[in-house]
Amino acid sequence: MRPAFSVVFLTTLIGAAQGLFLALFAGSFAADVSAPFLVRGSIVVVALAAGGLVASFFHLGRPERAWRTAAMWRTSWLSREVIALPAFMALAAAYGWMHARGGAGAMGVGIAAVLATLALFVCTAMIYASIRFFQEWASPFTLANFVLMGCASGLTLAAALASRGAPGLVPPYADCAIALTLLALVVRLASLSRNARIVPRSTTQSAIGARTPQVQQKSRGFTGGSFNTREFFHGVGPGGMRAIRWLFLLLAFAVPVLLLVGGRASPALLAAAFVIQYTGLLAERWYFLADARHPQNLYYQSVS
Amino acid sequence: MTQLALVIDLNVCVGCHACVTSCKEWNTSGDAGSLADLMPYGRDPSGTFFNRVQTFEVGHYPETKTVHFPKSCLHCEDPPCVPVCPTGASYKRAEDGIVLVDYDKCIGCKYCAWACPYGARELDAKQKVMKKCTLCVDRIYDEKLSERDRKPACVLACPTNARLFGDVHDPESEVSVAIRERDGYALMPEWETRPANHYLPKREAPCDPPSPSSSSPR
Repeated sequence: MRPAFSVVFLTTLIGAAQGLFLALFAGSFAADVSAPFLVRGSIVVVALAAGGLVASFFHLGRPERAWRTAAMWRTSWLSREVIALPAFMALAAAYGWMHARGGAGAMGVGIAAVLATLALFVCTAMIYASIRFFQEWASPFTLANFVLMGCASGLTLAAALASRGAPGLVPPYADCAIALTLLALVVRLASLSRNARIVPRSTTQSAIGARTPQVQQKSRGFTGGSFNTREFFHGVGPGGMRAIRWLFLLLAFAVPVLLLVGGRASPALLAAAFVIQYTGLLAERWYFLADARHPQNLYYQSVS
Repeated sequence: MTQLALVIDLNVCVGCHACVTSCKEWNTSGDAGSLADLMPYGRDPSGTFFNRVQTFEVGHYPETKTVHFPKSCLHCEDPPCVPVCPTGASYKRAEDGIVLVDYDKCIGCKYCAWACPYGARELDAKQKVMKKCTLCVDRIYDEKLSERDRKPACVLACPTNARLFGDVHDPESEVSVAIRERDGYALMPEWETRPANHYLPKREAPCDPPSPSSSSPR
């Protein structure tokens, strides 16, 4: 696949927003939490999700028709995400608003927002996991990865936000962020190892229905490019892919954990931990999208 | 229930691309608007097509066969591209089984192309909506055309009659008989999409070198 940056930003921004909201809701049960912290956090949640929503429009050929996308929620995970994302944003905004107004009713709205958060995680991950032709995506690892990386980055951001305004919450947030980042690392390594061993279900033989396995494409039928050659080939060589893999393992997992362990006394280092982890997540999500091979590629192996 | 489809005879396809060009000519000229070409005379031309003819080599040298292989939307009976569409622009017609895109509803999110294992869908670079073979739905029912012309443009253009068109649910139709009697098969059966289009395999022919006795005198 050729990853679309709109999708990379959408999934990582809303993931961090969802993780941050879960952190805020959990933090609201702490004894010394202040309403302004929860309000400020909710504003960040809504801003991140809105950024993701804006990014998603860049993925559409006809963004002016985006209002139509909620129509097929009975069958399409993409349609369900289109409903779940604004619902999550509205509930998170209401949650912040109620804390600004003294906190009455915030608990009920918070629980509804937590449910919307979980639903959104499922919808976003299932957009990828439900396409069985991308065998790299069609696995429970996809949901686990989206949930864990979203929560890890959200908790790291929560720790950074808490360092100004709710210092008592920094240690529990940072501890949770470390645990989630390490768990996410374990799951990601497991999915990398699974994906490296995938046997493609389709072959050139099944693609054209040849009776012998010795089949070679001699011409794809045209010399110029097409949608099929642009959309489904990322064009990065094996060396580049290895480099991006090391980059995200370092930036999304190793460096943030070190900063969360050693830098939790410093607001600047906690902020750096989030920025670095988010940058790593961009690379991680890019790799996740790029690393998927589509059976249609069997028809586009040789120019002439 | 009717299921219109193409049956492609790989024995006689010579890879001339007449089906490609006639498809492009018909479908770029219709009401739905042009099939965009980007820099058609430039260094890296690119365009939207419903139909491509590819070439494969099958077998070990010297026992190889060249297979010219036309590929377009297979109008699956269980089309994976349809349920994923968030707007309902992608749909399968109940009356004749043709899988179509409503260009006025499509938002160009490309999700249906991800969900098609055959690469049959192409996003139009100018209209920014997904396009694919319509089985020439705008000509096969056109009563202003003579009966023999009410067929997809590719079928009419094929100089070797490699493309048959008809209802694969009617057991007595030309296409059903061809599939039944000549071992017609579907592509990538492992995904259980049940393509309506079928291909007729090359018949096994002996590949002996010419014997000296049969060669013509010099």
